[in-house]
Amino acid sequence: MKEGVLFRQHQLNLPYYITVFDRCTISRRHGSVTKKCGYEIISCCLLYTTLYSGVGRLSMCASGKYSSRGPALIPRMKTKHRIYYITLFSVVLLGLIATGMFQFWPHSIESTADWSLDRRSVHDTPLVQLPISSPIPERGDLSCRMHTCFDVYRCGYNPKNRIKVYIYPLQRFVDELGVPISSTGLSREYNDLLSAISDSDFYTDDVTRACLFVPSIDVLNQNSLRIRETAQALALLPRWDKGMNHLLFNMLPGGPPDYSTALDVPRDRALLAGGGFSTWTYRQGYDVSIPVYSPLSADVELPEKQPGPRRYFILSSQTAIHREYRAELERLKEENGEALLLLDKCTNLSQGAASARKRCYKGQVFDYPQILQESSFCVVLRGARLGQATLSDVLQAGCIPVILADSYILPFSEVLDWKRASVVIPEEKLPEMYTILKSIPHRQVEEMQRQTRWFWDAYFSSMKAIGMTVLQIINDRIYPYAARTYEQWNNPPVVKWSSVNSPLFLPLIPPRSPGFTAVVLTYDRIESLFRVITEISKVPSLAKLLVVWNNQNKSPPEESLWPKIAVPLKVVRTKENKLSNRFFPYDEIETEAVLAIDDDIIMLTSDELQFGYEVWREFPDRLVGYPGRLHLWDHEMGKWKYESEWTNEVSMVLTGAAFYHKYFNYLYTYKMPGDIKNWVDAHMNCEDIAMNFLVANITGKAPIKVTPRKKFKCPECTAIDGLSLDQTHMVERSECINKFASVFGTMPLKVVEHRADPVLYKDDFPEKLKSFPNIGSL
Amino acid sequence: MQARKKYVLLGLCACCWLLLFYWGGGVQLRLLKLLGRQRGEVVHLWPDWTDRALLPGYAQLDELQTGLGSAESPRQRHQAWTGIYKDSRCRMETCFDFTRCRRRGRDGFRVYVYPSEKGEHVSESYRKILTSIGESRYYTTDPREACLFVLGIDTLDRDQLSGQFVTNLDDRIKGYPLWNDGRNHLIFNLYSGTWPNYTEDLGFNIGQAILAKASLNTEHFRPGFDVSIPLFSKDHPQKGGERGWLVRNTVPPRRKYLLMFKGKRYLTGIGSDTRNALHHIHNGKDIVSLTTCRHGKDWEKHKDARCDHDNLEYERFDYQELLHNSTFCLVPRGRRLGSFRFLESLQAACIPVLLSNGWELPFSDVIQWNQAVIEGDERLLLQVPSTVRAVGNERVMALRQRTQMLWEAYFSSVDKIVLTTLEIIKDRVFSHVSRNKYMWNALPGGLLVLPEYSTHLAHFPFYYLSLGVSSGQEFTAIIHAISPLVSQSQPIMKLLQVVSKSKYCSQIIILWNSEKPLPHRSKWPPMPVPLTVTDGRRKTSSRFLPNMAIETEAVLSLDEDTVLLTSEVNFAFLVWRSFPERIVGYPPRSHFWDPVKLAWGYTSKWTNEYSIVLTGAAFYHRYYHYLFSHYLPPSLRAMVDRTSNCEDILMNFLVSSVTHLPPIKVAQRKQYKELPSPQVRPHPSMVNLTNELPIPEGTKMSAPWANPEHFTQRQECVNSFTSWFGYMPLVHSQFRLDPVLFKDQVSVLRKKYKDLERA
Repeated sequence: MKEGVLFRQHQLNLPYYITVFDRCTISRRHGSVTKKCGYEIISCCLLYTTLYSGVGRLSMCASGKYSSRGPALIPRMKTKHRIYYITLFSVVLLGLIATGMFQFWPHSIESTADWSLDRRSVHDTPLVQLPISSPIPERGDLSCRMHTCFDVYRCGYNPKNRIKVYIYPLQRFVDELGVPISSTGLSREYNDLLSAISDSDFYTDDVTRACLFVPSIDVLNQNSLRIRETAQALALLPRWDKGMNHLLFNMLPGGPPDYSTALDVPRDRALLAGGGFSTWTYRQGYDVSIPVYSPLSADVELPEKQPGPRRYFILSSQTAIHREYRAELERLKEENGEALLLLDKCTNLSQGAASARKRCYKGQVFDYPQILQESSFCVVLRGARLGQATLSDVLQAGCIPVILADSYILPFSEVLDWKRASVVIPEEKLPEMYTILKSIPHRQVEEMQRQTRWFWDAYFSSMKAIGMTVLQIINDRIYPYAARTYEQWNNPPVVKWSSVNSPLFLPLIPPRSPGFTAVVLTYDRIESLFRVITEISKVPSLAKLLVVWNNQNKSPPEESLWPKIAVPLKVVRTKENKLSNRFFPYDEIETEAVLAIDDDIIMLTSDELQFGYEVWREFPDRLVGYPGRLHLWDHEMGKWKYESEWTNEVSMVLTGAAFYHKYFNYLYTYKMPGDIKNWVDAHMNCEDIAMNFLVANITGKAPIKVTPRKKFKCPECTAIDGLSLDQTHMVERSECINKFASVFGTMPLKVVEHRADPVLYKDDFPEKLKSFPNIGSL
Repeated sequence: MQARKKYVLLGLCACCWLLLFYWGGGVQLRLLKLLGRQRGEVVHLWPDWTDRALLPGYAQLDELQTGLGSAESPRQRHQAWTGIYKDSRCRMETCFDFTRCRRRGRDGFRVYVYPSEKGEHVSESYRKILTSIGESRYYTTDPREACLFVLGIDTLDRDQLSGQFVTNLDDRIKGYPLWNDGRNHLIFNLYSGTWPNYTEDLGFNIGQAILAKASLNTEHFRPGFDVSIPLFSKDHPQKGGERGWLVRNTVPPRRKYLLMFKGKRYLTGIGSDTRNALHHIHNGKDIVSLTTCRHGKDWEKHKDARCDHDNLEYERFDYQELLHNSTFCLVPRGRRLGSFRFLESLQAACIPVLLSNGWELPFSDVIQWNQAVIEGDERLLLQVPSTVRAVGNERVMALRQRTQMLWEAYFSSVDKIVLTTLEIIKDRVFSHVSRNKYMWNALPGGLLVLPEYSTHLAHFPFYYLSLGVSSGQEFTAIIHAISPLVSQSQPIMKLLQVVSKSKYCSQIIILWNSEKPLPHRSKWPPMPVPLTVTDGRRKTSSRFLPNMAIETEAVLSLDEDTVLLTSEVNFAFLVWRSFPERIVGYPPRSHFWDPVKLAWGYTSKWTNEYSIVLTGAAFYHRYYHYLFSHYLPPSLRAMVDRTSNCEDILMNFLVSSVTHLPPIKVAQRKQYKELPSPQVRPHPSMVNLTNELPIPEGTKMSAPWANPEHFTQRQECVNSFTSWFGYMPLVHSQFRLDPVLFKDQVSVLRKKYKDLERA
């Protein structure tokens, strides 16, 4: 502390640096220096050396005119140089000082915290004596809900939608006789919980800005508490205010003989995160149900086991089971034999920590909790309390808990879907347990096994996980519009990774009437462009035509020169010649459906385009296009290959002529992963492949190719593309696929073998009665 | 010389400087940190105690594992509970008699409705509720087998001032021999309490009955026991119901107005706190919050300075128009917590912004409301505008689509509201065979997902994408045989060969529905895949029985006289794998609205669109077998059996009502023959060409479908199915799916499905 002050006071004063240096050396000589100090010593010494020589030099230089016999190193110099040298050294010196300053300043702050605050013993915390007449809070009010007992104004509105949590500094409370209010004081678990909160984004040390207050009084285990005194201590907290916005953590509530299911300490309106709530004490939407933490998991490492059938079907490992239940279980075992394993306490082992790690069956000894991994289902029966630490062990082992505890509120049941990770059976139905479990399909058992382990990893594994989950749940209540979704809470990472939640999930077939907007990307092929415009304008459902003029050097032709068409025609001039301009969500596009079309696709008939639009209406979340392409895995090269041959399969449609939902324009422009968008613009290629990747990735669905294969460009312009050009083109496109697959981290494209044709296509039926007769003409 | 020394010195200094940086331990970093944070803002973290490792555990391992065994016997405890936890503290464990629901599944859950007494007046809404129960698959007329009882007396309106109020309920209920203090009874209620407090009191003792009530308060709600239902008007349709108003997902998803409210302003009494403040957020531009004081008889007595101005402004906007044109709709509490506004905005795809503190939302047990509405806090009304402004476009789209999904799955008709209530209670009674939250909240909604079929998500065709799993690789063929086995050359033999040759076929089941007894095993040809023959007991509906023998997800349903090629089967199966929740088949049919007869018509002529794919040759998911036999009412199946007809139409109705999408037709080799005489067709006006199933040569023309009566029956079927569903679920499609190179001008050698093109 003192040293810190010293540093801060005299940073700018040269001689004190030297003093500091001296102190450092001294303390090193005493051999009582921490690493950090040692660190500083080196820099101290270095600084000193530099400074020393500098100062020496300075003084030498300054005294140069009096003595001509300086140290050999100091050159004799002319006066005009002297000023130059002095300035030079001053600059160097100042620089060094400045560096040193920054070197030491922050250090001094950290060291204050490190040495004086953090490195304290729990026993050094201030002692508070509770007056005997100190007020006692009221018993918890069962009708409390967030809107009645919680002061939401303290949480305020903030853009991050995150509550601020304050932790009271630790105090040791004793009664008037000096007896502490708790037999354990601060427990290791509660300390872990508090330091996890303090390390999290929720934490604030500013009591005035806090929304939630966490007392540092440990009430995890009611058995170690003196109830009246603990309540008095709570009421003494400076911001208690009838317990408003206070959060208490309790895992073992109640005590003999009746074991109530919520903490017995009177606590006014405080929220309770409790283990072992029953439906009568749990205030839904206010309290949070938490698991009973099992300290075993901190010591024992159980590697994750692959889901699948296990050696035993049902395992019971609890030791304090009521004899009536044990008799039931024995009966079940008689009926079903080896599939069940009923373990009990080992009688031959002495009490203590060792016996907690062993279980016995008829003299046979098993390691606990390792044995849990050998069973598909594990029984979790109520004991005197509803919450059981076994549940945590069982989840860790990836064993599916079979919970028989009527009226028990499962941990975090507000957000976790326990039906996917456990089997809850009414206590009365214990005799039917075996039949009930047998009726669960194998695949579901495997999924549940994976789910249990995921629940444990994410929400049970440590006090930190438990604490963060509680805060997140409360946070979700206060900012419900930013709450985490069911999928985020419940889907294990492997499902999250592979699952697809399409942004257009509602099955809708939009009405035909608003039609579609055609977006033509053009550079300077005016003649061809005009032909395309004239052709498209014949399509009945065309609502608007948008020409994206990508040529900055040339203005679009005058208005009078454009073809006269029945629908509005707009020209958008772009600022840069980029391919992504074609996928920009222009405000001018007012329809859902967009037809992207190149300015040289002149061979599509209006029947074909109209039919494409009709197909798009039935698949509004897919790309519906004309030219189909395929990606293939090249086994020789070990990478993806682009294929444009006449194949039987399709995995992409080219956006040279394709219908799609305008929403994908947003995604392409703003949500394209990685650097794909810029990469495409830089390479002037593959924007269509990128679009196919994007849509397939977000919807999990293949594109739809419509109508037979045909020529799209004018017959006379084919000769230009030589074979070699074609080949480099293919190589480039293959590279695109490989690049995009690596950015997406997966190959989202789906291969299908079908295309969409009109119902009566090529059927033996009068052409004039067909809705789309002109299809497939080359 | 001097210059050299100068450089030496400079170099030395530079070296020192560099060394300083090197040892300094990220001076730059610290510099940044220092600049970024004011000195006073050092965060005081929870201390890292020196004796952290010595801290005691919060409980001994022994204490956690053994606990202190309770001496109380579980049975005694249960008895003690039932004594303590009743009435307002009821839970299923203490107030519900599970022994009445002993039998498993649907049979265990029977609902009995008390017959209404003579002269008893029942309101329109309650009549609809009772009708829904009466028509549901859980209804029973025998009180002895009932698990749940519903009163015949109207309890919907318990407002004493209301005309619908039924007096001396207490005495009447006590007169019921089965009342048993309300155990296993379900009581519906929409309004309770009256001016000025609008308490939750129903005015009679409900005892241990389950309450299905609108506007429930979380304080009075008995969790896991009561059911909160939405407030619905007496015009709410009995069945089917209107679809949601969202027909397209416009982008950007914002509508003309951001937030709207139009309703009464209460100047005094309960609910006035919120309603009296709503006008504050009105800005006349994108937030329209209109209130009127003009309600009740004596409004002018209480009127304040705002009233006249507000009343004028109020008239300027139309409520329906605002619903259509607003992104968010405020749903504040009225006198009671729930309001009609809630369902109205849900249907209108106007995202509800709830301001109703303490309202237990409808079906809150199972519906994840935060995915469809914005839950506000009455106390934070003034924050609402900034909150809704901050909701991003993506989320608006998701919320809006979800309002539609929930509306169509649970709220659009009285039928759905009542069934959802029953299903929620059933899920509680059979908790280990119940739907999980995901089934309730994903398409197609909980009512169409029967947990008795499976509780595993991957066993349903709807969740493949969201689970990241793919649909099955194999299919089971079910052949419906009606003609006796006489020769080895009859069509069914050919069909067996064709199907069994498919590499995706894993088993074949023959459903024997012929008048002749089952032929001997040896009569069937040897097969590369397992062949099972089961007796269909001559019922047409038996072809959709949930046969336990079906091991694959995909089912290929076939008529015995279907003519197919192996490659056709393969192609259709691959298409089905892309659309596992739909029917994928060959011969299409269509329905149409006949404006002359004012009825639905059915046509088999060739048209440019179709809405039905005949199940004489079609792929679909096996779950639809289960739905067909358990979801549809027995009356419809009886109709199918009676006429030996329409089972395929019914299946199409069912699947389309689940998916809201049309079936998919795939390419089929053209081998059709014209039917012999045009006059057998019911409508001579129709085009002669037809693509009924191909008739192999030599088959006599007595095929049932050639009968004109058969066709009239099908017309009738379409109409009676429509009336049961309450709407027309069939949807038209205009395309069929062909192989990519189908009939393309390219070498046949390139084509995978070249057989399909052979005439």
